[in-house]
Amino acid sequence: MAEFNVNLRGVGSVSVIDVKGYLDAHTAPELENVFNRLLDQKQYQVVVNFDDLKYISSAGLGVFMAYVETMRENEGDIKFSNMKENVYNIFDLLGFPILYEFFKEENEAIKKFSGPEQS
Amino acid sequence: MNALEKIFDKQIVVRSSTDNLAQIRDFTKAAALQSGFGEDAVGKIILAVDEACTNIIKHAYKFSTNGEITISITSSKGKFTIAITDEGTHFDPTQIPEPDLREYYKQKRVGGLGMFLMKRLMDEVKYGTITDNKNQVVLIKYLPQ
Repeated sequence: MAEFNVNLRGVGSVSVIDVKGYLDAHTAPELENVFNRLLDQKQYQVVVNFDDLKYISSAGLGVFMAYVETMRENEGDIKFSNMKENVYNIFDLLGFPILYEFFKEENEAIKKFSGPEQS
Repeated sequence: MNALEKIFDKQIVVRSSTDNLAQIRDFTKAAALQSGFGEDAVGKIILAVDEACTNIIKHAYKFSTNGEITISITSSKGKFTIAITDEGTHFDPTQIPEPDLREYYKQKRVGGLGMFLMKRLMDEVKYGTITDNKNQVVLIKYLPQ
């Protein structure tokens, strides 16, 4: 069976989802559950940290597509960080970089939610 | 030497459950590595096979886990062929348009990406019906010379 783990934590007003292992049609419902929990809690600012994600199929990509608009309608977004090249290439093949923001580091993605930088 | 000399044939049969996707990927990975593909190409082949089997589980068997999926891999010199067969409901992939992500985004549509990915990841993707009304999708990747 595919190993997949999802963890949710709060950083200020932003919800960070850590995904680990293999995200496919079998494990995607676990990620959907986390997004449903966020909607229940009216948490719309989301960063997904891909640092430990080894594999993604279109079933996993579909989860982000299913929730991003609701987040944006509520002044939030789903932003991506720490993605390995092999995983990014799949997002890229499907044209995600046009519609989603990708960051090297999680804190850059979180900062983006707090508006223009203070000096 | 014949350019298409057969190197090996491998086959597994699994139940139509998403539970088995990991096993399918492991089987495909071992065969692709044995054929001499690099890490990048192996990753593409694994994903294409995953997408094909996910589509069968979803569309041909409609998430019933009682169906069978047969995955046969033939490695010839220079050519890697994966034939995936099921006995579920036939669906015509040529009727499904290529997705436009912007349109998808507007319509909140989340399916149909797998077939598009398969075409982009493999050199050839062919759909057909074989004996006893079975559906078959054949994925081909050529080894770099």
